[in-house]
Parts: sequence; structure tokens; C-alpha cells
Amino acid sequence: MKPVPFDYVRPGSLEEACALLAEDADARVIAGGQSLVPMLAMRLARPARLVDILRLSELSGIRNGDSRIVIGATTRQATAEAHPLIVGKVPLLKIVMPWIGHAATRARGTVGGSIAHADPSAEIPLVAATLEAEIVVQDVHGQSVIAASEFFVGPMVAAIPLGALVREIRMPVWTQPRIGTGFHEVNARHSDFAFVCAAAQVGLDDQGRCTACAVGVGGLGEYPIALKEAAAVLIATTLDEAAITDAVEAAMAKVDVFGDLHASADYRRRVGGVLARRALIDARRSALDAAQ
Amino acid sequence: MKVELSVNGGQRTVDIEPRKTLIDCLRDDFGLTGSHAGCEHGICGACTVLLDGEPARSCLIFAVQADGYEITTIEGVAPAPGELSVIQDAFCETHGMQCGFCTPGMVMTATAFLKRNPQPTRADIVEAISGNICRCTGYGQIVEAITLAADRLARANMPRGDQG
Repeated sequence: MKPVPFDYVRPGSLEEACALLAEDADARVIAGGQSLVPMLAMRLARPARLVDILRLSELSGIRNGDSRIVIGATTRQATAEAHPLIVGKVPLLKIVMPWIGHAATRARGTVGGSIAHADPSAEIPLVAATLEAEIVVQDVHGQSVIAASEFFVGPMVAAIPLGALVREIRMPVWTQPRIGTGFHEVNARHSDFAFVCAAAQVGLDDQGRCTACAVGVGGLGEYPIALKEAAAVLIATTLDEAAITDAVEAAMAKVDVFGDLHASADYRRRVGGVLARRALIDARRSALDAAQ
Repeated sequence: MKVELSVNGGQRTVDIEPRKTLIDCLRDDFGLTGSHAGCEHGICGACTVLLDGEPARSCLIFAVQADGYEITTIEGVAPAPGELSVIQDAFCETHGMQCGFCTPGMVMTATAFLKRNPQPTRADIVEAISGNICRCTGYGQIVEAITLAADRLARANMPRGDQG
């Protein structure tokens, strides 16, 4: 389990990092390394050069930007988990964090790394897809913004242009008076890869009517997806269980699902629907609790 | 490639290939063979060390990335030569090991964990070591060891009369 030989460079600035990526198509970005290093060890990835962006101050940190929370790509998962802006304003990201790897991998793994790795069953990409986050990528020519629904294009494949890197993730901030979240996952053991996972965030008005709704599923197909139809149908309802069940069932019928040794396609579709329903029920309950 | 690492309080310089992981550097170049290389792809936790006090898998970081961190290995947790840390001692006393291969990783994980959570429940401990695999399946006594260590550390600064 030893990687192939490679060059290692640690650029001193973001510009330098982009220039290095632009000049070498065989270069890969490394930051926390918690997904890339296993791939290198198994020789699934064989880059000629690693460009280490972990210590670039421009890429780290969490800030409040214009109706969005902006998470620098190299922000550690453990940092995000405890950060007041995430806890207070992106509660869905906060609740999935304990499900990502273990304390030892969250201490090194970065938010942007998980996004760029684009594992179809990973929690941070699920949250990005569910909340319709924006991913900002940067190359020598400047930055561009990609919607999460366009960003994840296949298993471990993200729409990062050649020579670009993930710069930051912009998570929408909801402003409803009551916001609740729910997350469920089925896996072989705690913090292992999810066979199926589902996340939901709902916003309620003072009468308990749903004014904002997001629900998404991961691990089912090639990338995590937001169940936008289900969310749209649930707006203006009081999120009673029957409405949730109908909305989720209708949406799940249209989702492309794959099967493998761990779980058949039928199992994944069925469990995906159950977990999405439970995530919505939990989200409603926590939104109501939050108001008291 | 030359890199200067700070390991267990001492500075060491080494000239290595960039592809060498920290665990291989610690074991091969520094002779610190207490950390164990198990799966070498981040699953088993046997190679866990501390970077600035935070647990990290030393097979998932290249040695050339590890400059600037205060690296602590299992060799660095005892207060003095011939002594054991409270946590190591608790592992001995409860026999929190069978073959011993996972033990250094378990001790390092427990060391970081008990700093963050000095009064853990049993469930907290089980979760904390869920990223460390014991293929002898000796988890019961490992949990017991960490429970005992937490108890002793909590009472370490109490006046003698209150120690029960």
C-alpha cells in the first residue's frame, strides 16, 4: 500500500497554486488528504504532482456573506462542526458532521475536500445538494460559481474544470422564524460509508405552516440529489405525516437508483424513501421544538 | 526532499521521498516503532498519533506535510522513561489488549479523547474508539481501561481525603 512516486509542492499563495495546476494536467490538489491519500495508497490515483493547498490562508475559515455562509475549502471538518456560524445558521451541516468519518479524520479532513471528492454517499455533498449550495471554483483566469445541482456529475466526479480548485462553498442561510433539521443514515458500522442517507431542513411560520422545505437523498445513485418536487409540494402544508409520505413516495419513484453487493436497488429506493420521510418528520418536530 | 519534524518534543530532520507517509517515516527513519502500520489506508486506526494534540492517522498524511506540527507518538505519552501515562497504566491494569497491535492507536485516541471529554459516558467511549479496530475483538476491556483512566484522571488533583 504505497503510492506511486510524485512531486510535492506547497505553493505560497492561491495564485501560485492555480499557476501550478494550470501548467500540469497530472497535478492533483491535496489538502486534508483523508480521501485522496487512501486512493493514492491503493493506486487508484496516480498524480505526477501534489499541490498542497492546506496552509493557504485565503482558502480557510468561515464567514458571513450576503445571505450565505461562506466556508473556505480548506476549513477542517472539525472546525466547521463547532463553528458558531455553522451551528447557528447552517444547522443541517452541523447535524451531519458527527456522521463523517471519525474524530481523527474530521480533525484533518476539509469541507472542500469532501465536496471535491464527490462521494455519492458522503454527507457534506448531500447537504450541499439538499440546500442548493454554490461551489466556487478558481483557476488562473478567475473564479466561477457552480450550483450544487450542476457540480456533482458522477461517483467521485465533480464538475471542477481542469486546472481549477474548489475555493469555497456558499451555504444558503434560511431566515424563517422556526427552522428544523433531520438526518438519517444506514451503514454497516458507525461512520462507515452510507448505503443510503437522507437530509431535510424545513422552515415554519408562526402558525406552523411550512414556508421553506429542502430534502435530499444520498447513496442511491451517482451523486446526492435534492428531491425538489417533494419539497415544492410540501410548501404551505403543516407537514403532516400523510403529506410527507405522499410527497416523498412520488419523488422517489423518479430517482435513478443503483444496486451493488451491499444493497440492492430495490432496497435502496425503499430505504431512501423511509429515511427521507423520517428526516422530514424530525425536521418538522425540531422546528416546532425550536420555537418553544 | 528535506523536512524538519517536531516529534515528542525533539526536532528531527530527514531527507525522504514525498510519497513516504508519516507512519513509515516515524518507524523507518526515526525508529519509533510504537505506532503500528495496519491497513495503511485510514481504516484501522493503529497508526493514530497526535498532531498539535488532535488525533490523526499517520498513514493519511505524508511526512513532508507534517512540518510545523507538534507530533506526539505512543513513545511520547509517558511522563518519564520507565513510567506509564495514566491511560497506559489503565490499559495494563484492566488488560485492555489481547495481541496488542491496536493498543498504541487506542491509547493515542483515548489520550486525545479524554482531554476533550474528561467525564465520558460508556456510549461516548464506544463512539470515540469506533475508528480504531481491534481484530481480537477485545473492546470490552478497552472500554473498561478508558473508563478507569477517566476516573483516575478526574480524581488526580483531588485532596487525598476526597479520592474515595
